[in-house]
Amino acid sequence: MNTEFDEKVPIYTQIMDLLKRDIINKKILEGQKLPSVREISSKLRVNPNTVQRAYQELEREGITYTLRGTGTFVKEDFNMISELKKEMAKEVIVSFISGMKDLGFDSKEIINIVSIELNKEEI
Amino acid sequence: METIFKATNLTKTYFNKSALSGATLEVAKGKIVGLLGPNGSGKTTLLKIAAGILKESSGEILIDGKAPGVYTKSVVSYLPDVNYLYKWMKVRDSLEFFNDFYSDFDINKAKELLAFMGLEENVKASSLSKGMLEKLHLTLILSRKAKLYLLDEPLGGVDPTSREKIIDAILKNYSDDSSIIVTTHLVNDIERLFDEVAFISEGKVILQGEAEGLRQERSMSIDEIYREVFK
Repeated sequence: MNTEFDEKVPIYTQIMDLLKRDIINKKILEGQKLPSVREISSKLRVNPNTVQRAYQELEREGITYTLRGTGTFVKEDFNMISELKKEMAKEVIVSFISGMKDLGFDSKEIINIVSIELNKEEI
Repeated sequence: METIFKATNLTKTYFNKSALSGATLEVAKGKIVGLLGPNGSGKTTLLKIAAGILKESSGEILIDGKAPGVYTKSVVSYLPDVNYLYKWMKVRDSLEFFNDFYSDFDINKAKELLAFMGLEENVKASSLSKGMLEKLHLTLILSRKAKLYLLDEPLGGVDPTSREKIIDAILKNYSDDSSIIVTTHLVNDIERLFDEVAFISEGKVILQGEAEGLRQERSMSIDEIYREVFK
């Protein structure tokens, strides 16, 4: 797991994103148990209460559930995961587009550049 | 939430120089609080009063509901910013010293932490490098089962890899029934560890808040807020 954080933004939201990514990438599968708060805390060198907060928020967003004394698990809900994927894709696209617009590209040029790059990848 | 540490309007004057001028700070059980301020802002004085080494000039300080004294010393584990071990001591002797001195000292935990820190028991404390010595001090004070840990500049003069090790040791030791106050001016290295931060300037706490809340509110890291507050 990458430990680079942008400390201008609350860290718990960044931990949530890391875990969401792991769920989308199937590093953590549906129904599977998440690492313990302590594990994440020492791995990322983050206050355990911050990690705890990320876990609470994931549960509130309906992504995980907690079994008392057992741990936190990813919900077995295929729809939720595909929604999550769409949601995160949108975030990536939105920040990409705003970055491109900052560089002075208009919509047409952006589409052009993207398709050229995608074609390169396919070859 | 249960309060472990509470200082109200604390002042400390040395002759005509004032080190604390009405400092107020509250720390709840289970929290890690960063006490941030430049040299001479009163961080060390505040910790020394909490540790029962200095007496306040006025104001009130309560630790677990009691004024500093025999009881509070038994529940406070204090890491001073100076070396307090005797020159003749080997690492092993310092463990024995703490074991004799503090009834809440867990020697097995200390040995485990020593190994984690990469320290050998047979080495003389006086031959250790600054980073290694800091690791030894930290091992000793974290191996007590205290309610409040006071860490004065645990990262001062220590290289980056040792800093990481020290942060790991603090996290390893953290439990939600103890609280930790850490003073530092090296905010960047350690800000992810804090539940709350308190900025201290000229003997007064000028800003205290939840670290995540401050980041959100100001879109700044704690380090950046520090630089702004003390520029």
